[in-house]
Amino acid sequence: MDVKVFIPRDTTALAMGADDVVKALKFQSKQNINIIRNGSRGLFYLEPLLELATSNGRVAFGPVEVDDVESLIAHGLLEHNIDKLQNHPLYLGLTKDIPYLAKQDRLTFARAGIIDPINLDDYLSLDGFKGLEKALNLNNQQIVDEVKASGLRGRGGAAFPTGIKWQTVLDAPASQKYIVCNADEGDSGTFADRLIMEADPFVLIEGMIIAGLAVNATQGYIYLRSEYPQAKIILEQAIKIAYDKNYLGKHICTSNNHFDLEVRIGAGAYICGEETSLLESLEGKRGLVRSKPPLPAIEGFLGQPTIVNNVISLTSVPIIFTKGAQYYENYGMGRSRGTLPVQLAGNIKQGGLVELGFGASLDTLINEFGGGTYSGQPMKAIQVGGPLGAYLPKTQWHTQLDYEAFKDIDAVLGHGGVVVFDDTADMAQQARFAMEFCAVESCGKCTPCRIGSVRGVEVIDKIINHDNQKMNLELLNDLCDTMELGSLCAMGGMTPFPVRSVIEHFGSDLVKPSLAKGEK
Amino acid sequence: MNDLQNTSGNADAQLNKLTIIVDSKKDLPGGLLPILHDIQHEYGFIPKVALGIIATKLNQTEAEIHGVISFYHHFRLTEPGANIVEICRGEACQAMGSKQLENHAKTSLNIDFGQTTTNKNVTLEPVYCLGNCACAPSVKVGDNVHGRMNDKKFDKLMNKLTTFELSLSDNKLQENK
Repeated sequence: MDVKVFIPRDTTALAMGADDVVKALKFQSKQNINIIRNGSRGLFYLEPLLELATSNGRVAFGPVEVDDVESLIAHGLLEHNIDKLQNHPLYLGLTKDIPYLAKQDRLTFARAGIIDPINLDDYLSLDGFKGLEKALNLNNQQIVDEVKASGLRGRGGAAFPTGIKWQTVLDAPASQKYIVCNADEGDSGTFADRLIMEADPFVLIEGMIIAGLAVNATQGYIYLRSEYPQAKIILEQAIKIAYDKNYLGKHICTSNNHFDLEVRIGAGAYICGEETSLLESLEGKRGLVRSKPPLPAIEGFLGQPTIVNNVISLTSVPIIFTKGAQYYENYGMGRSRGTLPVQLAGNIKQGGLVELGFGASLDTLINEFGGGTYSGQPMKAIQVGGPLGAYLPKTQWHTQLDYEAFKDIDAVLGHGGVVVFDDTADMAQQARFAMEFCAVESCGKCTPCRIGSVRGVEVIDKIINHDNQKMNLELLNDLCDTMELGSLCAMGGMTPFPVRSVIEHFGSDLVKPSLAKGEK
Repeated sequence: MNDLQNTSGNADAQLNKLTIIVDSKKDLPGGLLPILHDIQHEYGFIPKVALGIIATKLNQTEAEIHGVISFYHHFRLTEPGANIVEICRGEACQAMGSKQLENHAKTSLNIDFGQTTTNKNVTLEPVYCLGNCACAPSVKVGDNVHGRMNDKKFDKLMNKLTTFELSLSDNKLQENK
C-alpha cells in the first residue's frame, strides 16, 4: 500500500517546523512516500500535526519535531504498522476522533486540514462549488434572500446582517459594482481568516463569486494584509486554478456570468481593517477613514456600490447554499445565528481554532478546549475581540458567546479572538498598551483618536507612577468619553473598552492599594 | 542624493527597470500600492528616485506619493539590513512574554526598533500580529514566522542568519557540517 502522509503548509505549522519535518521524512525514508501538504485542522497546539492515511481513516501524531521522525519510522510509519504505531508517544488516534475536533461544529471550516488547499478535485469531492451551482440557478433577489434567511452577520466584528448589506448593494443602481473581501485580519489573537485562506482558499473564491452573482458585481478584490505571505501564495495559486477551470472569468461554469478576482496586499496598517480605510487603501491612497454616510454599499470602491465582507462571512456563504439557509440558521442562539470560529490564543495550553454554534460559554472554551494556561499558572484575564476588546475578569467568564450577551457586559465578541493571560500579567500595562497601540495605528484623521491615544498613554503613566492618581483617573475616564463619543470609527471609539475594563475589574493593578493610601 | 547611484553604478538600467515596474501596474485601479510593493520587492526599499517616476506616471505629485509611502509601516525609504526581523507586540504574544523577548532582542543586537545592526545584517522592527497567536510569542524573519520563541531560540536564530552568510561566502561545503 502506498504511504500517504499529511503535513500542513499552514503558517503556524511552518512556524513550528513543518518544513523541517517534511525534509527529514523525505531524507530518512528509503522508499517513495507521498507527502500531501494540507492545511491545518486548527489544532495548533499539536502542530506540526502529521497524519497517516490508513484503511480506517487518518491517524494523527503531534506535535512532531524533526527528532521524532526517526522514531516514527522505527515504529513502522512507512509500513502502516498501526499496532506498533499505537505505542508511539505522539500517537493521537484517528484525527476525526480527537475530542478537540470531534466536539466542534465544523461548518465553515468543514474542509480545513482535510484537503490539499490547492487541489480542486479534493475541494469538489467535499461539496466544493455546490453552493455556486445552486446560486447559478437563482435570481439576484433569491440569492440575497437566502443569505438573509441564514441570519449570517458580519464576522469581522461589527456583526451587521450580511443579507441586508447585500440587499443595499443590489438595490443601488450602478453599471459597475464590486465585492471586496476584508482579509486585513489585524486583531491580535485572531487567525481564523488566515487559517481558512491557507487551508481552503476555494471556499473564499466560491463565496465571493456568489456575492458577485447576488448583486451583479463583476470584479472582486481580496485585500490581504502583508503580514500573511503564505496566505498570499496559496490564494494566488487557487485563483489561477479557478481561472483555468472556468470558475472565474467571463463565463463562470459556462454561464454568462462574469467575475474577476484579484489579491491586493496591504502594507502594515491596522486601520485598513476598517472598511472605509480599506477602500481608500485599495484605491492607492493613505488609509484614512471616510466619514459615513455614504455607506460603502452605496459609494464604496471608486465611488461604486461595494460589498465589503470579512473572510469568514464570505466563506460561510457556500454552505448556506449547499445545505440551505435553515441548516445554518439552526445553529446559534438569540440573534446570533450559525457558528463562530473562536480562536484560542495567548497563554493557553491548547490553542487553536474552535468552531461552535453561538451560545457556548467562554468557560467551556478556555477549560474544556483550551485546557487552562500554557504556563500552568492561574488565569487572570481574558481579552476577547482583539485589541479593542475588553479584558474580562473571572466573574464574567460564564458569558455566552453571543453578540448581544457580550454587549450587555460592555464587551465585544469581535472577530472571535480569545487571548488568555495568567496571573503574572500586569493589567495596568495592558491598559497602557491599548492606548499605545491606538497611537501607533491611528490613521490621524480625527483628533480624539490621534491625540487622545497619546494623552492616554501619558495619563496612564502618571497613574502608574502615583502622580495625582485620583485626579488622573478622572482625567482618564473623561478622555475615554471623548474618544468613545468623538471618534470617527471604532479605532478611537473602542480603544477605551480595554482601558475601562482594566479600571473597572483590575483597578488594583492600576492603583496599587498599599501605595494609594497616601493619596488624596 | 541619488540612492540608485549608490547601490549600483548603472543608474540608467535601474531607471529603466523602475519605469517598467510602474508601467506594468499604473493602469490598475488603485495601482499605487501594487507598484510600491513591486519596487520594494525588487530593491528591499523604495529608492527616492522612484517617487518622481511614479508621480509622473500616475499624474500625482511626489508629495502625494510620499504621503502614501509614509502612511504604511511596511514601506521603507531607506535600505534595510540583509534580514528584517520582526517581533510581534500583539496581546497574545505579550501574554507569552514577548516584552522580555523584545528587550532581549534589542540588547543582544544592540539596536532599537527601526534600526539596523552596524554589520547591516539585521533590521529590527515591531509587528502587530502575525496570526500565529496560538503558538506565541512569534518572530518573523523575512517571510518566515517562528513560533514559541524564547531568548535562547532567538539567539540561535540570529546565529543562523550570520552563519549562513559566512558559509556561503566562505566555502559551500561548510553548510553541511
